[in-house]
Amino acid sequence: MSTYLVKRLTYMIIILFAASLLIFCLYAFTPGDFISGNMKLSPERKEELRQIYGLNKPVLERYAIWMKNAFHGDFGYSLAQQKPILQLFNEYIWNSFLLAIVSTFFTWLISVIIGVIAAYKQYSWFDSLIMVVIFAAMSIPSFFIGLLLIKGFAVDLKWLPPGGMTTTGSNATGFAYMKEVIQHMTLPVVVMTLLSLGSLTRYFRSNMIDVIKQDYIRTARAKGLKERKVLFTHALRNALLPAITLVGFELPALFGGSLIIEKIFNWPGIGQLYMSSFSSRDYPLLMGFTMFIAILTVIGTLLSDLLYKLADPRVKL
Amino acid sequence: MSAMSGNLASGGAKAPFKANAVKSSLWRQSIKRLMRNKLAVSGFVIVIFMILLCFIGPLFSPYSGNHNNLAMMNKAPSAKHWLGTDQLGRDVLTRVMLAGRISLTVGFASMVLSVFIGSLLGAVAGYYRGVVDQIIMRIADLLLTIPSLPLLFIAGAMLSAWKVPTDYRMYIVMIMLSFVGWPGLARLVRGEMLSLREREYMQATIVLGLRDRRKLFHHLLPNITPLLIVIATLNIGGSILMESVLSFFGLGVIQPTPTWGNMIDSANNLIDFQERPWLWIPPGLCIFITVIAINIFGDGLRDVLDPKNKR
Repeated sequence: MSTYLVKRLTYMIIILFAASLLIFCLYAFTPGDFISGNMKLSPERKEELRQIYGLNKPVLERYAIWMKNAFHGDFGYSLAQQKPILQLFNEYIWNSFLLAIVSTFFTWLISVIIGVIAAYKQYSWFDSLIMVVIFAAMSIPSFFIGLLLIKGFAVDLKWLPPGGMTTTGSNATGFAYMKEVIQHMTLPVVVMTLLSLGSLTRYFRSNMIDVIKQDYIRTARAKGLKERKVLFTHALRNALLPAITLVGFELPALFGGSLIIEKIFNWPGIGQLYMSSFSSRDYPLLMGFTMFIAILTVIGTLLSDLLYKLADPRVKL
Repeated sequence: MSAMSGNLASGGAKAPFKANAVKSSLWRQSIKRLMRNKLAVSGFVIVIFMILLCFIGPLFSPYSGNHNNLAMMNKAPSAKHWLGTDQLGRDVLTRVMLAGRISLTVGFASMVLSVFIGSLLGAVAGYYRGVVDQIIMRIADLLLTIPSLPLLFIAGAMLSAWKVPTDYRMYIVMIMLSFVGWPGLARLVRGEMLSLREREYMQATIVLGLRDRRKLFHHLLPNITPLLIVIATLNIGGSILMESVLSFFGLGVIQPTPTWGNMIDSANNLIDFQERPWLWIPPGLCIFITVIAINIFGDGLRDVLDPKNKR
């Protein structure tokens, strides 16, 4: 186990190094930067700024500097916002996390319930209906459903605000503030839940179908247990267990924000920060964000492998 | 020895014929079973309908996709223009159909490319193992680590910065999509290969002294074809969605070449978004209908072709 962990961690570090080099080169070779995009600056001033930010040095040297600073906990400085990257991430990430955790909660809740019922009534009309709905949910372009809901519920019906996290100019605090945020996050949460509902429901449904066929379920029924108890205590537990491996894969989504949804709903999260930095070519921030997601992905994969071992001791690592 | 190799050669010549006969009846059986799945059949019919609509429909339209008509700007749907006109007086229905040509082509072509690259590299990695496997799979791991959306965004920004002509962007977008699509596929194919290469019939090919190329392309790949067909079908839907996201943000195929994604871009204009939903809702619905039909059909295929993965 410990040799496995050492091996795994070494490999993780190598992969992340390679990823950092690739990410850095990609951004370094993209034409145009934050300074050249600024019309107000004179050529001399631009040259001066390049000197200050070290942009005139060779790419590899810049990469070395970037990595050296990263090891000292300094992930760079956003040119557009004039703040350290880490501080910016800390400001925006929790807004992203709020959206992600609430929609993840609803996704899991709804997909477990629907998955269990659909599996129990396999091949019934309800099951077929659910399958079609699942496919529909998996096939919607996320930005389009977002726009459609904004058009319907915010523009036409005026039930909910179209975007942002609070009403512009609002100074609400305490309970009123909470109410405002909840109103603003309803639409994005609905979209995010809808988009991830499909695959998870399918997963629970097929797990549940496998479990229901097991002998111990027949035994439980033969004992004369109530059907609800058989389903939810005996079957569901075993169907849920493999799902803990999914927790690891959720990690990038939980903290990495959602580029498209946050952009559409103008939610002040880390994904929106990325999108707005993209148009201003704020490379330190873009690199930091991409690297951050890569780190989360690697950790998430390791986590899910370890959880898999935890859930099923038969698995050899 | 020469007599024996002669025997083997004739046996080898006969074998494909036999295999073909068995295969065709197996395929026929699969098609028969697929036909019984009404949902999958209707998915297939819808896909065919969308293809016909996009590729033949514009020929029947009295309007051309890029012809500006300033007298007919921003008109709501009417008997003359079923889906209205846009800010340059172009017929939206005609443009939606023309956009479908591009979106469907990009989706299909990038699927073909990524399945080709992914299955080839995966097969080579799984078959030869060792150093080749290490190199291919480490590259795949690396690409899977970096989130694909930012990767595609950077590529799109590069295209814009280098001022790639709009006609060529379509082809580069295909390559971009297959570039992020192949690693997952390669991993899957490699896994299949690792288990298939240990089977008895592969030992038989070693005894027969077949060449590697023949083992790979005549014995191993045919065995993963059903799996590849299923993945390829589902992959088209994903590619269409991905392309629409890129084009919506102006980083994929850009105007004046219409795609479903960049037509929805008009929703970024507040007035178009609020007052002229005919500009951006139809292309969005087209994406939705096409992708859902492809996914349902692909799932039906999976039930028939991939018996291990029964629902």
